[in-house]
Amino acid sequence: MGDARRYFGDGLPYLSLNDLKGKLIAVEGTDGVGRSTHIALLQEWLEVQGYGVITTGWTRSNLMSKTIEVAKQGNILDRWSFSLLYATDFADRLEHQIIPAMRSGFIVLADRYVYTAFARDAVRSGDRGWIRDVFGFAVVPDLVFYLRIDVDTLALRVIESNGMNYWESGMDLKLGNDLYDSFKKYQSLLIEEFDKMTEEYSFEVVDARKPPEEIQEALRSRIEPLLKNGRPFPNPSSAS
Amino acid sequence: MSPPGTAVAPLPTLSQPHPYPGKLIIVEGIDGSGKSTQLQLLEKWLAAKGFNVFFTEWNSSQLVRETTKRGKKSKALTPTTFSLLHATDFANRFYHDILPPLKAGMVVLADRYVYTAFARDAVRGVSRAWVRKLYNFAIQPDMAFYFKVPIEVAIDRLLGGTRAQLKYYEAGMDLGISQDLEESFRIFQSRILAEYEKIGDELGLITMDATKEIEEQQNVMRKLVSKALEDYKPKRGTHGRRETLFWRRFALPKPE
Repeated sequence: MGDARRYFGDGLPYLSLNDLKGKLIAVEGTDGVGRSTHIALLQEWLEVQGYGVITTGWTRSNLMSKTIEVAKQGNILDRWSFSLLYATDFADRLEHQIIPAMRSGFIVLADRYVYTAFARDAVRSGDRGWIRDVFGFAVVPDLVFYLRIDVDTLALRVIESNGMNYWESGMDLKLGNDLYDSFKKYQSLLIEEFDKMTEEYSFEVVDARKPPEEIQEALRSRIEPLLKNGRPFPNPSSAS
Repeated sequence: MSPPGTAVAPLPTLSQPHPYPGKLIIVEGIDGSGKSTQLQLLEKWLAAKGFNVFFTEWNSSQLVRETTKRGKKSKALTPTTFSLLHATDFANRFYHDILPPLKAGMVVLADRYVYTAFARDAVRGVSRAWVRKLYNFAIQPDMAFYFKVPIEVAIDRLLGGTRAQLKYYEAGMDLGISQDLEESFRIFQSRILAEYEKIGDELGLITMDATKEIEEQQNVMRKLVSKALEDYKPKRGTHGRRETLFWRRFALPKPE
C-alpha cells in the first residue's frame, strides 16, 4: 500500500494523519463468518509478541451504541438515517479510539469497517456514490481482510450458532416471505457487493470455509510483513 | 471511481425545483435573529387562510435528540460527530416529516434547513465539500428566508430575552476560541454570519433585514409568500377547517 496515510475522501481538515505510528487492520465479511473469533486470536498473538493492540467493533461507540439499539427496535425505513447512524458511530470511534490509539503506536483491529456500510447501503439503494462520500472522513486501513463465504455454508452456520435475526436477514427489505428466504437473498446481495469491492479496495480475500487454524495462519502470514516494514513502529524488544 | 451500479431514478436535489405538489418554506439565521418568531407568525397567518400547514424544526427528531443531548452534556461531540448527528436528525425528519406532507400537497414550514449545517459545520472545521455531499438527498425549498442581523443585536436579544444564558455549543465553546462564553459566542456566531453571507447568493436565499420591527418583517414575508403561493391550490383537507367542522357538528342537525 502507499506510503502516506490517507483519508478515503474529504477527510478531517482539523486532524493531521502524519503522526500516526500504529497500524490499522480491518476484518470484513458478512454476519457469522467468524470475524470476532479471528480478531481475538490475532490480538492474543500480537500481544504475546509485545505489540499494543486495541479492537474496535461496529456500533460499539459510547455515543451511539444505545441509540442504534433503540433505532433497531422501531423500524428505520429510510436508508439515509440508517447509514448516517452508522457513520456517526464510526466517526465517534475513529476520533476517540482508532486515531488516538494509532497515534500512540497501537495496532488497531477493526471488526468491520466502512465497507460494511458501503455494502449495506448499496443493497438498499443501488447507489454507491453517496455512502462513499459520507465516509470520506475515514482513514484508509493498512490491510483489509475479507473473510469470504458462500451463502449456503453461511446459512447452515448461522442456524447452528445463534439463529437468523431480523436485521441479519434484511427483513426491512422484504426480499423473501420468511426469515430463511430473506436471509439468503440479503446475504447473497451483500456477498456480491463485497466481491465487487475486492478489487476496488485491494481486499485480502481469505476463504472462511477453511478450518479456523488455516484461516488464522493465512491472516498472520499477511500481517507479519506489515509489522517488519512500513512506517516507524515501536520495536517490542528495544522499547522501555 | 465506484463501479457501475444498478440504475436508480435520480433523486431531486438542492439545485433544482422539487416535483411535489406541496410547498416548502424555510427560515435560516443565527441564534437571536428572530427567524423562529417570524416563522411562527407566518404559520398563524397561513393556517388562518385555510392552508394545511406542517411545521418542523432543526434537531427535533425523537431518535437523535436524546443522543445529541447526551453528547452535548458530556462534551464528547467532535465537529464530525456533531455534523453527522444533525444530518441523521435531518434525514429522519426529511423522510418522516418533510416528504409525506409535501407529497400530500401541504405547506411545510421548516425552522432551519440544510444551510444551517453548511454554515455552522464549516465554521466548526469539517470540510465544506463533505457537508454538502452529506445532505445530497435534501430537496430545494420553494422559498428560503435568511434573517440577517448584526452580531450585537443578536446577543442583546439572547441575553435580554427568555434564554437567560448562552449555551456551550451555541457559543462554539468546543472550538476553544475563548474561555469567556460571551466572547466565544460573539466570535463563533460572527464566523457563521460570514459563512451565511457566502452561501446566501449561491444557494438563492432571500435576505431579510432582521433589525426591522417584527411586524414590518412579517409584512414583507407575507407579501413574498403570497406571491409564491399564487399558483398553488391548497388541498382542502379536514385539517385546516377544524373550526368550521366543529360548529357544523353542533349547530346543524344530522343529515338525513
